Amino acid sequence: MNLDFDADDLRFRDEVREFFADGIPETWRTRVRAGLRLDPEDLIYYQRRLHARGWGAPTWPVEYGGTGWTPTQQYIFWSEAARADAPAQFHQGLELIGPIIFTYGTDEQKARYLPRILTLDDWWCQGYSEPGAGSDLAALRTRADRDGDDYVLNGQKMWTSYAHVASHVFVLARTSQEAKRQQGISLILVDMNTPGLRVQKIPTMDEKYHTNELFLDDVRVPVSNLLGEEGKGWGYGKVLLDRERMVSAATAIFLTQTVRGIRDAATRRRVGGVPLIETPGFATKLAQFEIEVIALQTMVLRLMDDAARGADSGPRGSMVKLRWSQLTQAGTALWVEALGPESAHFAPLGNGDGPAEDMPYALQGALYSRVTSIYGGSSEIQHNIIARRALGL
Amino acid sequence: MDFAYSDEQQMLRDSVLRYGEEHWAAADRLKTLAAGPEMTKRRWAEMAELGWLMLPIAESDGGLGGSAADVMAVMEGVGRHLMAVPYVTSCVLVPALLEGSEAGAELLGEIGAGTAVAAAGFLEADSGYDLRHVTTRTVRHGEGWRLSGAKVHVEDGADADWFVVSARTAGADHESDGIGLFLIDRAAEGLAVDGSRAIDGHRHARLMLDDVAAIPVGDVEAATPVIEAAVDRAIAAQLAEAVGSMEAASEATLDHLRTRHQFGVAIGSFQVLQHRMVDMVVAGEEARSMAYHATLNLGRDPHTRTRAVSAGKVRVAESGVYVGQQAVQLHGGVGFSEELIVSHHLRRQMMLAQAFGNADHHRTRFARLGAGA
Ligand SMILES: Cc1cc2nc3c(=O)[nH]c(=O)nc-3n(C[C@H](O)[C@H](O)[C@H](O)COP(=O)(O)OP(=O)(O)OC[C@H]3O[C@@H](n4cnc5c(N)ncnc54)[C@H](O)[C@@H]3O)c2cc1C
Repeated sequence: MNLDFDADDLRFRDEVREFFADGIPETWRTRVRAGLRLDPEDLIYYQRRLHARGWGAPTWPVEYGGTGWTPTQQYIFWSEAARADAPAQFHQGLELIGPIIFTYGTDEQKARYLPRILTLDDWWCQGYSEPGAGSDLAALRTRADRDGDDYVLNGQKMWTSYAHVASHVFVLARTSQEAKRQQGISLILVDMNTPGLRVQKIPTMDEKYHTNELFLDDVRVPVSNLLGEEGKGWGYGKVLLDRERMVSAATAIFLTQTVRGIRDAATRRRVGGVPLIETPGFATKLAQFEIEVIALQTMVLRLMDDAARGADSGPRGSMVKLRWSQLTQAGTALWVEALGPESAHFAPLGNGDGPAEDMPYALQGALYSRVTSIYGGSSEIQHNIIARRALGL
Repeated sequence: MDFAYSDEQQMLRDSVLRYGEEHWAAADRLKTLAAGPEMTKRRWAEMAELGWLMLPIAESDGGLGGSAADVMAVMEGVGRHLMAVPYVTSCVLVPALLEGSEAGAELLGEIGAGTAVAAAGFLEADSGYDLRHVTTRTVRHGEGWRLSGAKVHVEDGADADWFVVSARTAGADHESDGIGLFLIDRAAEGLAVDGSRAIDGHRHARLMLDDVAAIPVGDVEAATPVIEAAVDRAIAAQLAEAVGSMEAASEATLDHLRTRHQFGVAIGSFQVLQHRMVDMVVAGEEARSMAYHATLNLGRDPHTRTRAVSAGKVRVAESGVYVGQQAVQLHGGVGFSEELIVSHHLRRQMMLAQAFGNADHHRTRFARLGAGA
């Protein structure tokens, strides 16, 4: 047992570090550190730069244009990205639908969709949740009725993030009514330009545009847009949800960025002539946060080691999701605290000097962080999963 | 001992609540805030007409001389209905700063009538939340005074007509002696007001003062005790506001637990959510108790008063943010939306938690005060 990287890994690390030595604009820094997504055009630029280097899909197999990296290499890549204040890649195509397409899709679907995910020419969004189906996703009611060679979709999706940006949406819809609710659900790929789709913004408390209602009104798509087998979509959906937890494992590595955001703010701000970072009260709080980040990162390393050995990590993914959301909430709150009274100055009125440094992003990140314990399986649901799967309760 | 509101206070409380229901309905909040200061001004005029703006102002200053408990009765409703108005700053804090002063007499009349709004600025770039760390400089020109410096945060200052600011007349930057209070007209030459909106709809300011003409208030070398007592009154008022907001957020959440169904049952049937809901209500109880503790100690000696106010501030800040966060959490995705009122309660709680010093600042102040009497 050891924590050392071998010589190949170290060489790889240097290579990645060199890549990240430039090309990451400073204007991204505060948003990235606060856990906020960059604007779509920035994410597209970043994705294409990675793709040009052959690194567009760190978790995919080589045959589909991925890197084929070992879990250790993935870890190194993300650590270096985090170190350089690079953003997390947009995950809904890359980590959510991409892997389902290359696992269950037809050759035609693979050829058509996968390359465009790598370049972000196609931007995918996830149409799962509905007004009546959140934690209880199996309660979904959107229907896909067979009509000749088409499916006709009707229903309402909720919280469809980035539907206003996306070119495609992957939808879970009912293709038949079965006794068991999880049956008769299919996964269908839909072009966002299809007539009958309507996107309506959901304003959120962080004042950032992420998410939408998506209305489907006689949306007609060819049957060839079905992914995998009809009625088996729930199983694929579960694969997705598990992967989504792994996404937060990757995101956990990026928490070191938040540590730096806090540290910089607390170094800059002086309280009674002393930098805040040197006051024992604040220094120990930051230490506590950093210690918890180290604990989580070591959990992530163990998770990746399991993956390398093909071992089942059980619900450790849920544990990581749970702790990551708690830490991103705690970290951004501490950052806001470091800014002191100036964090009350969110949006400038008129033509003053503009906001203080780190504003509004640090506070926007703190607000946004509240949703991390709700989406992708809420913290309560993660507890249920751990209780059931790990403890047999 | 008596923790009950008098009949009169109860009536006052009820009428503020009724007013809030009618004029600050949760369903209209976005529209109200979007309409900006004009709408707020209309609301302010209504509140003036109801006599609430002059309630905290001393009788000798032409106000109604309401007690701290009277103010509490008003503030519960302000919090419950998230009224984004400068009540605490203009009607509680500033009148306490100007009480009995010649300089402030006319302004206090206007504040009570709702024709002028005033805000107070103490904090500076290096001061943290310490009210005694004052570097804004003063120069005396015969009868007049001129101020230069910067105030980094003036609560509710963006739309104020007048500012009361602290400035140093003697001593070193951090000494408690040698601090004076000065009144500044918003239109004064050399004053730059940099306004910004907070996440809770309140509108604050930063002030840049460059040789600005200012009117001295009271003893210009000994204002610290006045400032600290006034800020403690403002804090106590905000504690009641926080309690009102917490209770409203808890009620909305309880309602949601009863009506939202997942997995074929009301989510309120999940034990983990029941227990969380109970913790929210316990936090509300604790916060209400602390609001009483702080408010009912306001009239005592400074040591007792500051201990009580800091204790209240710490506990209410923590409980308030907790309740706001859990209200959002238990609502699920909709809790995060602009549309639902719980997200507004969380934002207000986050801002209240740091107004006039965050929990760390007040824990430190409490610790430094030593043992209680
Ligand atoms: C900003 C944002 C972006 C999102 N993006 C997407 C997206 O792109 N695509 C998509 O499909 N979805 C998306 N979602 C939806 C998200 O996954 C759901 O919000 C989430 O599944 C919770 O569902 P809900 O909001 O209906 O809450 P509910 O399921 O109604 O939950 C309400 C509360 O009850 C608790 N609860 C529910 N069931 C149980 C139980 N059995 N035991 C204990 N507690 C329970 C929850 O933890 C929560 O606290 C997004 C949501 C948000 C807010």
